[in-house]
Amino acid sequence: MLAAILSRLLRMVVVMFGISVITFLIFFATPSSDPAARIAGKNAAQETIEAVRKDFGLDRPLYVQYGLMMQRLFISQDLTSFANRGQKIIPTVMAAAPATLSLVSGAAVLWMLGGILTGITAAAFRGRWPDKILMGLSMMAVAMPVFWVGEMVNLVTQNRLHDTWAFSWVPALGYTPFSQDPGLWFRSMVFPWLTLAFLYIGLYGRMLRTGIIETYQEDFIRTARAKGLTGRKVLLKHATRSAIIPIVIMFGMDFGVLVGGAAVLTEVVFGINGVGRLTYQALKVLDLPMIMATVLYASFFVVIANAVVDLLCLLIDPRMRRA
Amino acid sequence: MLIVVATLLAPVYAKHVAGTDPFRSGLSAKIKIDGKPTPVMQQSTEGLGLGVTPIGPTWGPQYMLGADGQGRDVAARMLYGGRNSLLIAGASTLICLFCAAIIGIAAGYSGGMVDGVLSNLIDMIWAFPVYLLAISLSIVMIGKSFALGPFEISSGSLIVPILIIGLVYVPYVARPIRGRVMAINQSEFVMAARGLGIRRWKILLRHILPNVSTTLIVFAPMLMALNIVTESSLSFLSVGVQPPNASWGTILQDGQTLLYSRPWVSLAPGLAIMVTVLLLNLFGDVLRDVLDPKSARGR
Repeated sequence: MLAAILSRLLRMVVVMFGISVITFLIFFATPSSDPAARIAGKNAAQETIEAVRKDFGLDRPLYVQYGLMMQRLFISQDLTSFANRGQKIIPTVMAAAPATLSLVSGAAVLWMLGGILTGITAAAFRGRWPDKILMGLSMMAVAMPVFWVGEMVNLVTQNRLHDTWAFSWVPALGYTPFSQDPGLWFRSMVFPWLTLAFLYIGLYGRMLRTGIIETYQEDFIRTARAKGLTGRKVLLKHATRSAIIPIVIMFGMDFGVLVGGAAVLTEVVFGINGVGRLTYQALKVLDLPMIMATVLYASFFVVIANAVVDLLCLLIDPRMRRA
Repeated sequence: MLIVVATLLAPVYAKHVAGTDPFRSGLSAKIKIDGKPTPVMQQSTEGLGLGVTPIGPTWGPQYMLGADGQGRDVAARMLYGGRNSLLIAGASTLICLFCAAIIGIAAGYSGGMVDGVLSNLIDMIWAFPVYLLAISLSIVMIGKSFALGPFEISSGSLIVPILIIGLVYVPYVARPIRGRVMAINQSEFVMAARGLGIRRWKILLRHILPNVSTTLIVFAPMLMALNIVTESSLSFLSVGVQPPNASWGTILQDGQTLLYSRPWVSLAPGLAIMVTVLLLNLFGDVLRDVLDPKSARGR
């Protein structure tokens, strides 16, 4: 067991190292990317580009640049931004993290509750009208781009119906830290949560419904029925319990990716200064140290989520332990 | 159903139905409404009356859905943009399936070292959030034109988003393909073929490829649906299709600043994306039930 955990940890480190190298190569070594030319601006003179190259240490060999960046990111922790010199990278990322975390965790609670409820209800009524309505809705939820849903929500709550009783409580776009004003924090997050959760409720609901219906074909369900258990008990205790494993796996992955910054579209639409938005802005101005930090931050959560999911699977499903 | 399909195909014959040039900006253009000429860019009626607001939906042949911030006909741009959106989604789907098939089959069929290297590579790209990877690649590729083998690809070309969207989803398809190939490789009919002394590449072509191709076909509509959403998201973040080219995503981006005054600029492409993706997903479900009857049981 210990050896398994250690090899798992080693693998995680290797994957993250690989990601940092890929990121570095994408921005430093692809044929069309000359970071110095980008920093200097579109029509900069050759001398300016050379000066920038020297100033930022971009004239050194690639592996030296990579090593220096890693050393300053992890060991001395004083890496500073290219675009905004003097801005320290690590505190900036840490400052953006709570906004993303509150967005994603709130939405995660909503989508797990909503998705499980949708899936079970649809499976219980399969073929009848509640099932059809729920599945139609979730198909729509999956089909809509999340930023568009956000825009439409903004259109209604911030503009068209903002002055009516229904939505006058919605504060202007932006993020208020929980520690500053919990009430305002909650009110400003309600619609971002709903928007982000909407897509996942559709996804999870559909998946759970299919899973439950497939489980109904299994022998142990027939046994449970033959024992004379009520339909509700069979559905909730037997079918749902075994069908929920893939949902837990998906949840782990999705949560990790979103906390790492994949909620960028929701953050941009609702003006929340989270990690996703930070990454996006860093990418736009090609702020390489910031990109490196945010990408590693994101992949850290993905890798952790992967490991946690594997561990959870071992706990839930004993059959996997043998493999 | 027919109406929906006709509407979806509209981008293909866009040239013949679009009333106005979708790329010419018409800041000073005027059109006739009820016999009166009306400027496309109207004097703002809000606030101090400074600045202009593009015309709203006229529901006539010209500017049916109104104009965007540069006085371009949104309805016409919808048609042309739809053509690009569908083209990008379709082409990137093909690229993705092709690459994923090669990687998946190579990893699953040869096993050993090749499998080890490819699987680890897939895992590594998997751990890279899709949008971050796509945005990174776009930023690097959009900046300048570059040469890909013998071809010179200019930065505004549609090939850039096609390549990016095609490549980022490769791991998600290659992984199941690899699993499928490994499963088929262990199945009795392949064992039997091997026992008969049939050569490896012949088994690959005759037995494994046909069985994998159903998996690939089932993936296609879902992947295309996913690609349409990805294209719109990238264009919305201005790292997808580059102006003056249009796509549903770029129209959404144009509509962003006009959201409160002229919501139709955003509403129309969003609805178009929704309907297209919905239909592709429904089609994908039907296709899966037909080609893969095992997953259809219990429905």
